[in-house]
Amino acid sequence: MALELILIAALLSAVSGIPSALAGAASRRGQQVSAILGIAASVAGIAAAVQVLGSSGAVERTYLWNLPGGIVRLRADALSAGFLLSIHVISALATVYGLEYWPQAAHPANGRKLRLSWGLMTGAMTLLVVASNAILFLVAWEVMALAGFFLVTTESHKEDVREAGWVYFVATHASSLALFAFFALYRVASGSFDLRPLDEMAAGPATANVLFLLALVGFGIKAGIFPFHVWLPSAHANSPSHVSAMLSGVLIKLGVYGVMRACWLLPVPPLWWGVLLTVLGACSGVYGVVFAIGQHDLKRLLAYHSIENIGIIFLGLGLAVFGQACHEPAWVALGIAGAMLHVWNHGLFKSLLFLGAGSVLHATGTREIDHLGGLAKRMPWTSGLFMVGAAAICGLPPLNGFISELLIYVGYFRVVIAPNFTGWSLGALAIPALGLIGGLAVACFVKVHGAVFLGEARKEFEHPPHEAGLRMLGPMGALAALCFAIGLLPVLAAPGLEAIGAAWASRTAGETLLLGTLAPLELLSMVGPSLLLVALVLFALLAYKGRAAWRAPVPTWGCGYAAPSARMQYTASSFGQMLVGLYRWLLIPRAKPPHVTGLFPASSAFHSEQPDVVLDRAVHPTMKAAAHSVMPLRMFQHGRVQFYALYILLTLLALLAVVST
Amino acid sequence: MFKLLLTLIVFLNFFALGSSRMRAIIRTAGLQGAILGLLTLVAHEHIGSRQVIVATLTFAIKGVVIPSLLFRAIRDAHIRREVEPLLGFVPSLLFGGLGTALAVLFAGRLPLDGGTPDAYFVSTALSTILTGFILIIARHKAITQVVGYLILENGIFVFGLLLIEAMPFFVEMGVLLDVFVGVFIMGIIINRIQRTFSSLDTVHLERLKD
Repeated sequence: MALELILIAALLSAVSGIPSALAGAASRRGQQVSAILGIAASVAGIAAAVQVLGSSGAVERTYLWNLPGGIVRLRADALSAGFLLSIHVISALATVYGLEYWPQAAHPANGRKLRLSWGLMTGAMTLLVVASNAILFLVAWEVMALAGFFLVTTESHKEDVREAGWVYFVATHASSLALFAFFALYRVASGSFDLRPLDEMAAGPATANVLFLLALVGFGIKAGIFPFHVWLPSAHANSPSHVSAMLSGVLIKLGVYGVMRACWLLPVPPLWWGVLLTVLGACSGVYGVVFAIGQHDLKRLLAYHSIENIGIIFLGLGLAVFGQACHEPAWVALGIAGAMLHVWNHGLFKSLLFLGAGSVLHATGTREIDHLGGLAKRMPWTSGLFMVGAAAICGLPPLNGFISELLIYVGYFRVVIAPNFTGWSLGALAIPALGLIGGLAVACFVKVHGAVFLGEARKEFEHPPHEAGLRMLGPMGALAALCFAIGLLPVLAAPGLEAIGAAWASRTAGETLLLGTLAPLELLSMVGPSLLLVALVLFALLAYKGRAAWRAPVPTWGCGYAAPSARMQYTASSFGQMLVGLYRWLLIPRAKPPHVTGLFPASSAFHSEQPDVVLDRAVHPTMKAAAHSVMPLRMFQHGRVQFYALYILLTLLALLAVVST
Repeated sequence: MFKLLLTLIVFLNFFALGSSRMRAIIRTAGLQGAILGLLTLVAHEHIGSRQVIVATLTFAIKGVVIPSLLFRAIRDAHIRREVEPLLGFVPSLLFGGLGTALAVLFAGRLPLDGGTPDAYFVSTALSTILTGFILIIARHKAITQVVGYLILENGIFVFGLLLIEAMPFFVEMGVLLDVFVGVFIMGIIINRIQRTFSSLDTVHLERLKD
């Protein structure tokens, strides 16, 4: 039953863009029908996910397929269901948001393309998480990746967008290439395209290692883990905001799903897999957050936080793999629960932040943080909801980010205190890295929230910024409520996480532990709500006592300055300057400082930008060198159609000759 | 009976290679298509509804619709003959002969699944495919190349006849649709080439490379 629901969800999602595509360029009806279909698909998807999570074990179906590649095997276990839940919760909320954010009437040129690709991508993702046959998996993967390309290039008339699209395109093909190699090798090792846990005997350690590395590259590119993150910042920054929410909240998580599924397929891992995942996670986390501090484009900054959070997820995953290698079920349970909960959490708060950024963009028309300011007065709801997302992403209690990071912390502390064990160094790497990430994230979001929502407006806009409407605020409110729900009552998420952990660690089945015995979830579920209640009561009391002074209409910087100006405020760049300076060795920022000479200097300008180091210093030079070295081959591309056909003919003849001898 | 038809197809290959007149080449390809339709009926012992549908559609699309589309294209573009081919007509014929000889050679030695298919079919298919290639490679005019592509398709179709029992029905229909759409699109492209370069000579396309 659950699988049929999932298929219905995939199908409904895939066709949901069609009514909009067939309707007129400025038709409201088309987009409404599309949204209804998409939401119906999500309801089916969520229902199925809950059903699978609630039942123990997996459901399987096999259908015959009248095409090369044989059969369609679908299999839904708790791991699939966990991701399915994330896909459909965020897809449904972002669809509603899109109705107001990207109305067909305002975007006649690309609204239909967006909705069509959106549906296709959601449908392909739904199919992907239940695909249990390599061919089906790759088909779904490619459809998802290509639909993602069309979503990124929604506004293809802009130069920046096209460039981001190309980088995405190249990256996603590199990812597919690695996956083709992965599944081909898997086929050789297992003798079948069906995705089942590999026999210990079938794959020797060398094969297993190559398979693991291929999966790590292929899925890692999609997940945006350092150093494969190069496509991520510009793609997230240049898409429409609800698309960014979907990309960041869901699409990159399917890379994580791939890594998890690959670990599930492969035999019991050696130690170094876990170490590699942990090191990559730590690098990615620190790299992401440091680069985020250097940005002054609101959405690019959020994109770098995605790299950071993927790093945290990999830290959890590394712990789980490490635990499997050491036969320590407690580490496995904590690691996989932390990683999976962070997948959900990041989906929730990052979508919330991107939707909030979208509201700001919608109201002001700019993503440049240094042009914004004082928006809390104009957009109080957006400001408050963004604040919730910001606190959650920093891992502050009582929000959800705290819980998932806590699980990972607890797991690594268990590694450190394990008796007679030299693996403590792993914890000694991961715990400070997590702490550093958390601290820097707080600094970064103080900067963002302070510069965008507090203070005075830095720039006069043609149309004064306005608060977003109900269809934009509603989904954001729902996301914020979910952030609070998981943060305040983590016991509710525990059974689902235990089921996912059991499904993932099926090789060492029978040893799964209750999360409640490993981490103080019950205590948190009691303390969190009570503290919040106390805080609310105190706040209400204070507000009542100080009601006279409440909301006195004074300017923000009314501190006795003779001629206060909005330009006296800290800008985002100046706020982050100290931290950027500390990490100058990593960031290598580009700045053009003004030359001030003489007693009466002429007016001058300051400009700074923060390019991505890996993209600029590693990928671009390599690509250029590669392009240069294959230059001689360009003589074969002379533009004469006849000779192109001749190449094909010669290949054909050669093949015939080879086959017939 | 089917051997006669297959020989006819090979004969038409040579005719297409040796002719310089557009109308004749198009008619040749069309005739080949029509023969393929007949062949579908003749080649198998029992004739089911599937065979009849495939035969009718092949006859209609390959034998009638596509040639008439191409006739319209050359009427609009005012071309009658292929002057100055890249490779002369006599060398083309020689290569065609060589290709057919190779095809016969390969046909006996290819390790094909499903028992031993008729070598006649395989060699006809290969020789027709090679002929299509030679036409595409040796001619300048876009229309001749489209015809070359059609003949190549015909060769693939002959090969497909061997598999008609094994191949799903909709794959076959898909191939037919594919050819139809392909020619349709080529018609549009030909129109564009004509408008842009005021000629249908593919030499001009060299300018399109980056």
